[in-house]
Amino acid sequence: MNKYAVILVHSTSHAIQAERVLKRANLLVKLIPTPRHLSSDCGSAIRIDAADQEASTAVLKQAGVPIQRVEPL
Amino acid sequence: MIYLDNAATSWPKPDGVNEAITRFLCDVGANPGRSGHRLANEAERMRFDAREAIAALFGLSDPLRIVFTPNATAALNIVIQGLLPPGSHVVATGMEHNAVMRPLRMMEQRGVSISIAPCGCDGTMRASSVDELIRPDTRLIVANHASNVSGTLLPIRQVGDVASARGIPLLVDAAQTAGCVPINLGADNIDLLAFTGHKGLLGPTGTGGLAFRDEFDIGRLPPLIYGGTGSRSEHEVQPDFPPDKYEGGTSNILGLAGLAASVRYVLDRGVEAVRAYEAGLIGRLIDGLARIPRITIVGPCDPDRQTGIVSIVIDGMLCSEAALAMDERFDIMCRPGLHCAPLAHRSLGTLPDGTVRFAPGPFTTEGEIDQAIAAVAKIAGGDT
Repeated sequence: MNKYAVILVHSTSHAIQAERVLKRANLLVKLIPTPRHLSSDCGSAIRIDAADQEASTAVLKQAGVPIQRVEPL
Repeated sequence: MIYLDNAATSWPKPDGVNEAITRFLCDVGANPGRSGHRLANEAERMRFDAREAIAALFGLSDPLRIVFTPNATAALNIVIQGLLPPGSHVVATGMEHNAVMRPLRMMEQRGVSISIAPCGCDGTMRASSVDELIRPDTRLIVANHASNVSGTLLPIRQVGDVASARGIPLLVDAAQTAGCVPINLGADNIDLLAFTGHKGLLGPTGTGGLAFRDEFDIGRLPPLIYGGTGSRSEHEVQPDFPPDKYEGGTSNILGLAGLAASVRYVLDRGVEAVRAYEAGLIGRLIDGLARIPRITIVGPCDPDRQTGIVSIVIDGMLCSEAALAMDERFDIMCRPGLHCAPLAHRSLGTLPDGTVRFAPGPFTTEGEIDQAIAAVAKIAGGDT
């Protein structure tokens, strides 16, 4: 199983918004340059622990942060 | 030196602004949205801090519905040029600044018709005056929140009720009120709010923006400026989501770093507290000036109905002459003239001579107000 997952968002503003929302929910999060094979939409993506994927997307959805998609890393 | 020109730009700035700007310049420096390295991310965090603080100030839940522009004028232009097709109609008030009137007059050349809701000689207006001018082809209502000439507050919530009842978007020019008068886009029925960062928000010049109410569909409003955003880089068309849709080109992140700190100060002190403090200063200034012969105060002469501005006319004296004497002899900075708002002066009856405007701020003291009153008394008494 992959150790990490990456959440792709529309823009770096959304990436910072997602980072804040996830940090406030005490989830581990790191901003990384978006892996080029996954997307060229936005320069930054959110790396999370693969185990937190469900919790993270739920928290973001509840906060109204639009997510493009989530990919294993 | 006494600075009473906060309606032009506020000064001094609160603690934390200088530090935030310096931190950006010395320790961050990067371009938000562009590169994905840790400094670029930190720059984006600083810009996001500003969005979050301003969203909180205006009662918005989504910080990304705060779009940054160089000033309120640019924000007003996005909406005025974006929502008025040729053949449409717009209602504005008799207290508008040229930041609204010049784009509107340009749109008139493109076939837009304009109606101006009349204001009294103290600048006050009834919301029904706006309602009466609405036509089937009215596409936008533009309203000044408070006059930069007389400080007169317009009944913005009632105008919002009219706009909402008629289903017409309301654009509010909050250049004189953001940070010193409570504003809530939802409760006030304001669809679009243009704000500047360097007046009541106490931040650096070159900052401002547009706030969108949750209900406003931004799909209706095209950008005015198109360009790089760091997002959707493989596409040659502008992103359709805020804030990127309206933020083509590198933003003034240096200024926004300072703005985040200044708005945080305003939130900590409280807009209601700032409003009450400035009302106290204005009341004191009005009382003192009203006792001086040859002085006419322009506006409502009521701190509850105006912002931190008092404009006066000195009988038989040019306002420029009075302001020069205030500066050179009394070390007091104020502003004479027409204040870029000829329409407001027409409503107030102060064309073509203009007024001398005193605009204290949240750091002005009562002692400074008393010194200003004494200086005006000397100047008006012929002691020039």
